[in-house]
Amino acid sequence: MLIYAFLVGGAICVVGQLLMNVCKLDPAHTMCVLVVSGTVLSFFGIYQDLVEFAGAGATTPISSFGNALLEGAREGMRENGFIGILSGLLKNVSAGIGAAVVFGFFAAVFFKPKG
Amino acid sequence: MPKKQINASYAPVVDKRTAKIPVAKNCLKAFFIGGLICMLGEILKNFFIDLGMQEETAVSSYLVVIIGITAFFTAIGKYDNAGQFAGAGLAVPISGFANSVSSSMLEYRSEGFVLGMAANAFKLAGCVIVWGSVSAFILACIDLILEVVL
Repeated sequence: MLIYAFLVGGAICVVGQLLMNVCKLDPAHTMCVLVVSGTVLSFFGIYQDLVEFAGAGATTPISSFGNALLEGAREGMRENGFIGILSGLLKNVSAGIGAAVVFGFFAAVFFKPKG
Repeated sequence: MPKKQINASYAPVVDKRTAKIPVAKNCLKAFFIGGLICMLGEILKNFFIDLGMQEETAVSSYLVVIIGITAFFTAIGKYDNAGQFAGAGLAVPISGFANSVSSSMLEYRSEGFVLGMAANAFKLAGCVIVWGSVSAFILACIDLILEVVL
């Protein structure tokens, strides 16, 4: 599993690097492309297989953000129909967003920007 | 000469003068560093599972740990050099997301804690959240329609 995590995670990063260098996208566009591809792959059930196969190799890259969004939306949809799509959408990613905001806040409060 | 024509005649000159990007070398770096981060994630995940966590909780937990480490290195100013070197290897994993939030918060702190730091927190991360949410919403709606129709 470790070696698959390494190979798949590395491969997704290479896709990102190619988008930046060959397609000349800036980092923000690259991230958006990866996230949207994550949702599309998740829609067809491919990303879930990838997670099963590579574990953290598939859940660490930003494309898993898209997968987590759609998984949450689907879960909500099964429980509450249309409104569940909206209420479930950010459920799985809230730990990540919450941590990024809270840690970022303390980083900015206690440290001075460098460079 | 119309502006478009001028731009067109400059294009070959610009092409010739721009530094060539070492694509293969960048990809190799991205592959190894990105792979190593994912491997670290897998090790952390297994550690959390060994502690008795459910798989899903373990995934969230190891992501939070990576986010915390990234925020710390961004805060002490050590992330930039590493990010420059690793390219997509650090930008594509969740560390890139965490760095975009904490670096814009640090950068805009001087403009105030509310209108500077807080207002600009999602400057880069916002595009990921918005595009991801909208595409996930549309796809989930397609799912819902298919479920109702079929």
